[in-house]
Amino acid sequence: MRPTWSDVTPEAIWLNRRALLRGGLGLGAAAVLAGPAAALSGKASKLSTDATPNTFEEISNYNNYIEFGNDKTTPATNAQRLKTEGWTVAIDGLVDHPGTYSVDQIAPENALEQRIYRLRCVEAWSMVVPWIGVPLGPVLGKAGPQSAAKFVAFESAWRPDEMTATPGLYQFPYREGLRLDEAMNPLTLLATGLYDKPMPKQNGAPIRLIVPWKYGFKSIKSIVRITLTDKQPVGTWQAMQPSEYGFYANVNPAVDHPRWSQATERVIGAGLFAGRKDTLPFNGYGDEVASLYTGQDLAKDY
Amino acid sequence: MTRWLNTQARRVPEWAVWLGGALPLGLLIFDTLRQRLGVDPVAAIEHRLGRTAIYFLIASLAVTPLLRLAKVNLVPLRRALGLLAFGYVVLHITAWVVIDMGLRWEQLLRDIVKRPYLLFGAGAALILLALALTSSAAAIRRMGGSAWKRLHRLVYVAAVLTSLHWLSVGKVWHPEAKFWGFVVLVLLGVRLLPRGFGSRRGGNKSVAIQ
Repeated sequence: MRPTWSDVTPEAIWLNRRALLRGGLGLGAAAVLAGPAAALSGKASKLSTDATPNTFEEISNYNNYIEFGNDKTTPATNAQRLKTEGWTVAIDGLVDHPGTYSVDQIAPENALEQRIYRLRCVEAWSMVVPWIGVPLGPVLGKAGPQSAAKFVAFESAWRPDEMTATPGLYQFPYREGLRLDEAMNPLTLLATGLYDKPMPKQNGAPIRLIVPWKYGFKSIKSIVRITLTDKQPVGTWQAMQPSEYGFYANVNPAVDHPRWSQATERVIGAGLFAGRKDTLPFNGYGDEVASLYTGQDLAKDY
Repeated sequence: MTRWLNTQARRVPEWAVWLGGALPLGLLIFDTLRQRLGVDPVAAIEHRLGRTAIYFLIASLAVTPLLRLAKVNLVPLRRALGLLAFGYVVLHITAWVVIDMGLRWEQLLRDIVKRPYLLFGAGAALILLALALTSSAAAIRRMGGSAWKRLHRLVYVAAVLTSLHWLSVGKVWHPEAKFWGFVVLVLLGVRLLPRGFGSRRGGNKSVAIQ
C-alpha cells in the first residue's frame, strides 16, 4: 500500500527528535513523542447540547468494549495493545466509488466538528461526551450510494492477537447497522476524538460511530468496514439475544429491556446520592429524529 | 493434621469471625471516602456488597462439606457466617434502594415483580431474613430441632436464587457469576452423597464411576 501523508513524519518533528536526542529530554518531549496528532480541535456545532460534559477521566475509564474485556474498567488497560497506525476503512457494497480510505481522508482535520452529545447506555446509565468528528452523511455521499442501497452495515476490527475477548461468548467481528436515512441524519457522526484529544483506544480509536438517539451499543467502535446494502444488517447484540436487543435500539423509556426498566437512568459522575433522572424518548433528540419513524410501532421495532 | 485444624478452629471465638466479616465493609468505606471506587462508585458499592454477601453465604454452605469430606469442624462458626451474609444482603439492598434507584419506590416495586433477577434476589433475601430471625438458640428451642432444621434447609434455595440473581443481572452471564454458581452447585451436590462417603478408605467404591 502506498504511504499517505499521515504516514510520513513531518520534517520539523524529525529534526526535533534529533535535537532531543542530542540535548536530552526536554519539556516538549512527551508532546513530540506522542506524534503529530497530540491535539485535535473541531468547530463548534449547533447540534451540541449545553449539558456539562463528563470529565475526560470518566469518559476514558468507563467503557463497554467487549473485545477488550467484559467490565467497564479493563478496556482502558487492554485496549492499549490495539495498533491504530495506518488504519484504513473499506467503504463498499452498493456504492459507485468503493474503496479503502485512511482516517485522515474520511475525517480531515479541517472538517472536524465538536459535537457534545448525551450518551445513554442500554444498561441504564448515561454521560455527556464532547466528541470530535465528521458527520457520516457526507462521507457516504462521496462514496455515492446507489438507489438500491437501503441500509448501512458497520464492522469493527477483530484482531485476536491484540484483543482479549473471551472466545466463544460473542461472534466477532462486532457488527452494527443503520437504515440509510438514519445514517444520513445530521446527528450521525464518525468520531475520531473526544475533548481535544485523538480518540482514546478504549473509546474506539481511531474512528467510531456515534448515534446519540440510540443506545450506546449501536455506536460501533474501531470501524474497518462500512457496507451499503439492500438488506437489514444484524448487529452483534441482536444476533446474540434478539428478544432483548432489536435492530433499532432507539432510546425509549416506554419500552423496557426485558430484564430491566429503561424509564430512568443513572448519571455517571453525579455523585453518590444524585439518584436517577427520567430517560427521554430518543435520548432527548426527538425533534431531530422522531420523523424518521413516522408510522412505525416502536414497541415492535425496538 | 485434621485434629490440629479442629483444635485451632475450636479456639476461634465467634467475635473474631464478626471482626473478619466487618473487614470487607471497612475496606469499602475506606475506598469510598478515598474516592477509589472509579467512575461509577454507585455500581461499585452495590456490587461489592452483593458479592461479599455471596462469599459469606458460600462460606456458610462450605461448613458441612468440610466436616463430611475433610472432617474439619467449623460448625460453631456457621451462624456468624450466615448472619454476615444476611448483613451484607441488607446493605446491598439498601445501596440499591437508596443510591442506585434514588428511592424511586414506584419504579422499584414495579421492577421487582417484573424482573426475574429482582424476583430471584428478593426471594433469596426473604429466605435469609427468616433464617436470620430464627438464628438464636432461643428460636431453636422454641421451634424444636427438627422444625428448625427443616426451615434452615431453605438456605439451599436461597443459594440457588442468589446465583440466578447474579447470573441474570448483566447483559451476558458474567464469568465470575458462572464460577460461583458452579461452586454453589458443587457445595449443594456434596449433600446428596451418601452419608458415609469419604469416611473410610475405599469408601467411595459404592459410587465408582462406570
